[in-house]
Amino acid sequence: MLDALTFQLGYNAALVTLGATMLGFAAGAVGAFLYLRKRALVSDAISHATLPGLVLAFIGMVALGGDGRALGGLLLGSAGSALVGLWVTNWLTRTTRLSEDAAIGAVLSVFFGFGIVLLTVVQNMSAGRQAGLEGFLLGSTAGMLRSDAILIAVGSLVVLLATLYMRRPLLITAFDPGYAAVRGINTHRFDMALMVLVLGITVVGLKVVGLILIVAMLIIPPVAARFWSENAVKVVGLSALFGGLSGYIGAAASATAPALPTGPIIVLTSFALFVLSLLLAPGRGLLAMALRHRRLQKQVHIRQGLLALARNQAIYEGFTRRLLRRAGMMQADGVPTLEGRKEASQLLHDEALWQELRRSQTLSELAIRDDGLTRIAEVLTADQIAALDAQLGPKAVS
Amino acid sequence: MSLQVAPTGPADQDGVDTAPLALRGLTVAYGAEPVVFSVDMTVAPGAMTAIIGPNGAGKSTLLKASLGIVTPLAGQITYWGDGLARNRNRVAYVPQRASVDWDFPTQVLDVVLMGLYAELGLLRRVRPQHIARAMACLTRVGMQDFADRQIGQLSGGQQQRVFLARALAQHADLFLLDEPFAGVDAATEEAIITVLKSLKDEGKTVVAVHHDLSTVDTYFDNVFLINRRRLGEGPVSEAFTPDALQAAYGGRLSDGLIAAQTG
Amino acid sequence: MMGYEFVALSLPPIVIGVLAAMACALPGNFLLLRRQSLIGDAISHVVLPGIVVAFLLTGTVAALPMMVGAAAAAVVAVVAIEAIRRLGRVESGAAMGVIFTAMFAGGVLLLEQSDTSSVHLDVEHALYGNLESLIWLDAVGWQSLIDPAALALLPPELWRMALAFAVVCLATWLFWRPLKATSFDEGFAQSLGWPTGLIGMGIVIMAALAAVAAFDAVGSIIVIAMFICPPAAARLMTNRLGTQVAWSLAFAVLSAVLGYVLAGYGPLWLGYSASVSAAGMIATISGLILALAALFGPHRRA
Repeated sequence: MLDALTFQLGYNAALVTLGATMLGFAAGAVGAFLYLRKRALVSDAISHATLPGLVLAFIGMVALGGDGRALGGLLLGSAGSALVGLWVTNWLTRTTRLSEDAAIGAVLSVFFGFGIVLLTVVQNMSAGRQAGLEGFLLGSTAGMLRSDAILIAVGSLVVLLATLYMRRPLLITAFDPGYAAVRGINTHRFDMALMVLVLGITVVGLKVVGLILIVAMLIIPPVAARFWSENAVKVVGLSALFGGLSGYIGAAASATAPALPTGPIIVLTSFALFVLSLLLAPGRGLLAMALRHRRLQKQVHIRQGLLALARNQAIYEGFTRRLLRRAGMMQADGVPTLEGRKEASQLLHDEALWQELRRSQTLSELAIRDDGLTRIAEVLTADQIAALDAQLGPKAVS
Repeated sequence: MSLQVAPTGPADQDGVDTAPLALRGLTVAYGAEPVVFSVDMTVAPGAMTAIIGPNGAGKSTLLKASLGIVTPLAGQITYWGDGLARNRNRVAYVPQRASVDWDFPTQVLDVVLMGLYAELGLLRRVRPQHIARAMACLTRVGMQDFADRQIGQLSGGQQQRVFLARALAQHADLFLLDEPFAGVDAATEEAIITVLKSLKDEGKTVVAVHHDLSTVDTYFDNVFLINRRRLGEGPVSEAFTPDALQAAYGGRLSDGLIAAQTG
Repeated sequence: MMGYEFVALSLPPIVIGVLAAMACALPGNFLLLRRQSLIGDAISHVVLPGIVVAFLLTGTVAALPMMVGAAAAAVVAVVAIEAIRRLGRVESGAAMGVIFTAMFAGGVLLLEQSDTSSVHLDVEHALYGNLESLIWLDAVGWQSLIDPAALALLPPELWRMALAFAVVCLATWLFWRPLKATSFDEGFAQSLGWPTGLIGMGIVIMAALAAVAAFDAVGSIIVIAMFICPPAAARLMTNRLGTQVAWSLAFAVLSAVLGYVLAGYGPLWLGYSASVSAAGMIATISGLILALAALFGPHRRA
């Protein structure tokens, strides 16, 4: 008896975990397109706008003599009002001077407020039967039915497949709407399609993470993924992976310890992934960027300092003098060392060559490479440098 | 090869102490690449100077860094031989038109009155004489009839003139303008250049980022060529040469421009 | 008798609602013009973790630690959003989404982990407050309004909210010019030597102050709705900043009064006995006002 129960529990928990993982995976993928389209917070309007429909569906089902708690009906209702919210957001942005962020904020607060009004109606309506609609605010997997878990997993899979099917037009629309339009892609339609996918994920995820936190599953994984790659396809893949991982860890942790609510754990897991990415990702990560900036600053100061030395000019900035001394280019009294002189005269020669290059008919297009730090030997062959040297002739400084 | 020891520490050279604006070794980077590299510039007082160079050459960045709007990586900036903080009210800046929220709920006269904010401080009341001064500035750019319009309802040229009126209201000695002639109609261009020339006649200094090479010699006294580096500086007759233009704009690209300038 | 009931049961919540609505709408104007409306959304979400942490640290649900905690959370959130946006080069909407959801999730988790059964501290309360419970038991009628002894026993939320509104008003009046110039033309304001970053932060701190003072009495929904709906509707009515601010305050008052009355008496008129959520109804009314402005406002189009 007990064995059967644990097996039963284990089987249910496994199903819930599978559903949450699938949900995270799909949300990560859809969210990546939403983020690349720079409309991440539209999902916030959509998710808050589910509440009135959810409650109305409950009221309707009870009025028709039904259970009122049937997940399918509730989700259908929430999809309906989310669609209305989405339409209002677009309408406000299109027909008035208000920007999209104001429209999003207006829709999410007003729809949510109206939802709360309806919720109090339900509470008064039949106290015994209101059956935890509040659970949809923060989500809960405790006591989730097997059919609910299957519905979530299958719903997520459908959204994921639809996203993958439309990945190319969605990417082009996100990257360059103008080009997409020229290519004959109906960008408006694919924007709408993307919103419907977002709506799908929101509705499917309501029961697991709740309508306040569902946006996190759409936003955090792609933002984290973006730090790792400049390639849109890889960002989508990585985002899905992060989402799936968060969903899995959230649901599994919640299954082992009842005091750990699924939704917040999922969100915090993906947030941890985000923080790691923000700090440590090569390329766009903060650590890598800070190191690069510091290196660049030193390069610039040393270069400018050496050129000033070579030209017999004053070095105004103490930082430059310190760097030069530390690099062994200058003595404490401001006199350049032997190495400093050598380096400085080479740089001066480089400068002269760059100048000459700008005047050259054949090479002047390469002047764009002259950012002050690039040595001319990195751009030209030895022969070309020799030719410029010859043109420099008697003007040469060294 | 002989290198002498350079004196360390600031020393006046080339009139840095008197120049309304002088830059020494100014380097600005966005991300990992310098967009302005080690630029020296000495603006001549009481003259009109054009900053020219191809797109993305760092012209606007140079102005913004001079005003402390972007932080330079290295370099020194002086106004009349002193820091910007002590000369704020002597400097007026006209930003690029595109950098502003034109949907903002405000009227033309309000915008010009912003030029008096440094003087008015937080709370001093706007008095009739302030309004009169703002209206006089509007009149000077030919916009007196638009004082009550919402700024978004103006044409690009009219917006530019309002910006200039705001700078005039600041009663500054140095005017820094970012592309004042970009996308404006002929009448506005005429109005703006007339005002700028009258400022010069009053002894003021004008520096403008400029992109129309064909008008450089009729509008300006001095020219400053930049393409990430300083590529020439001086009176138009000396520094605005085909050679310098080629250095700034590159070989083939500049052929047409040079023809336009010399033809 | 009607007078007594109104003064004791309805007047205090209406006044608190009106003050809360105006305190939020005022900084909301600048958030709207700076395209930062959703900062208000983010702030109101992070109030929850702020009060939970304050409770865990102090062990009480007294007003002051709660407000300090909420304000600290708002500042942490805003700084984190700005840091992610600038340093990580993340688009601002997404940066907000990352931070406020993570902090909210943290708040919920802490709440579940800690023993708060003894005190009235839950997510629902933070979301929609409890405006209806802020009653004035010591009132005996209209004459209580001039009775110092009775006035002293008004709900403390009323004085808190009045103070917050006064501070927000004073700051707006004092810094009107920097607020206006920075929001319109940041480059110009910088050329005047004004600390535009600090001014931007000041606006957000004003908003946070209003949100923190308001959430306890009226909940987060009203806060978000009032940050956005009255200023947005007001923008569609006029092309002048001063006039827009005035309209937004008027719309805020209208939403609060109408919303409270409809929530309290509306169901009665329809023949039901119970009332509905006043906070939700106030948000709903502000949305209807915005809808009307979007349909008929004289300056609804650019």
